[in-house]
Amino acid sequence: MPIHSKRVSRPPDFQPVSSDLPLVDLVDVSVSLGGAPVLSKCRLTLDPGESLGVAGPNGAGKSTLLGVVATFITPTGGSGTVLGALLAGPRTPAVRSQIGWSGHLPALYPDLTLGENLALAARLTGHPVSRGRKVLTQVGLGAAAGIRAERCSNGMLRRADLARLLIGSPRLVLLDEPDAGLDQDAAAIIDHLITRTTRRDGAVLCVSHDAARLSGWVDRVVEMREGRIV
Amino acid sequence: MRVGFWRSAGLIALRDLRVEIRSGEALTVVFPFAVVASWVAPLATNASPLLLRDLAAPVYWLITLLFGMMVVLRQTAVETRAQRRALALTGLDPAARFAGRSGASGLVLAAVAGTLVIPVIIFYDYRPPSGAWLMALVILLAAAGLAMLGTLAGDVTIGLRARTSLAPLLMAPLAVPLLMGAAQSLESLVAGKSIITWVLVLVIADLGLAAAGVMSARALEEISL
Repeated sequence: MPIHSKRVSRPPDFQPVSSDLPLVDLVDVSVSLGGAPVLSKCRLTLDPGESLGVAGPNGAGKSTLLGVVATFITPTGGSGTVLGALLAGPRTPAVRSQIGWSGHLPALYPDLTLGENLALAARLTGHPVSRGRKVLTQVGLGAAAGIRAERCSNGMLRRADLARLLIGSPRLVLLDEPDAGLDQDAAAIIDHLITRTTRRDGAVLCVSHDAARLSGWVDRVVEMREGRIV
Repeated sequence: MRVGFWRSAGLIALRDLRVEIRSGEALTVVFPFAVVASWVAPLATNASPLLLRDLAAPVYWLITLLFGMMVVLRQTAVETRAQRRALALTGLDPAARFAGRSGASGLVLAAVAGTLVIPVIIFYDYRPPSGAWLMALVILLAAAGLAMLGTLAGDVTIGLRARTSLAPLLMAPLAVPLLMGAAQSLESLVAGKSIITWVLVLVIADLGLAAAGVMSARALEEISL
């Protein structure tokens, strides 16, 4: 049940999605890790153009839920689809390139500079290296492109990690505590990422322990406790 | 946009080589220790020059295997889950990732193994065979095989608590055909015999490992995410 709703302004040329299929559709999905239940019968639907926040305390199962939607974790019960592919089905790897994900820890290589990290991400997704530089500038790190990731502050790493998601145009964006370690100015990057994705008929799933913070970014917020969406 | 297999593999190899050069572990830690290890036998045994020459090839390959494992397994050990997940979401073919990682490890390993010939010549009074390019070919084939084996062993043991001891235990027995092929090739070269049989053993072992790596890449990636 939503605990907060927010209307997102759409561009005038916004068109509803032609397909009725949701981008994420989980039906009674459960996950047990080492025999202990982490997710219990979760139901979740994300339609094109929608952004959803999941709030809850530490250990509620938020990151596991995100892992299931990102196709990293195979559910032990229930079923579902992500971008039209059945969870743990043969088509799952094929849809991964349409998913953008930013987890607890930045996925950067400490021995590479921020510029090299972004250039690698750009090249692997078929974009020119200049795209990496552009998004780095976009998140305010243009001058730090030559600094090795291991020498950057946590806030800089989080910004660079979010910049990774701006290289392409993922249809589904998944954010795990995205504002952790970020200052107020940097929070605008998250807002931009979410708005950009939903305007293009993509969807965003964002998890955080801070429901009030989430409500400023997403259309609706649901709460999660002890592995259940309540 | 889809990026081709070899381009993806090249990008991963470049990344690994860059990380290796920046960390400098192969050059500043592994190589000096390998040189010291190669010195132990002549120092401890006070053996005759003839005996040392006989020991040179087996000791060389043993040191290459032990220190090569350190080089190769370190590369898979330093990659975090977050990095693996981000790579998977780029749409990167897991087989290209295997090829790239193995390629980079193979190059580093070949450089370490090639340079190790120098202390072996000095400490063991070893006379390298006349066909230097054949020797280089043998070192390259052995390094490629060890690199693929190490990449596979590293991927199979990802996430396991006993990974640091399990991966070398898994790798060592499977490296026997590679070591046999490499050591016997050099022996045959020194004796002036044909090395074609032993080179074939190396080629077949490399092809088998490449096939195993490519075919298991997807399944191993799923486990590692």
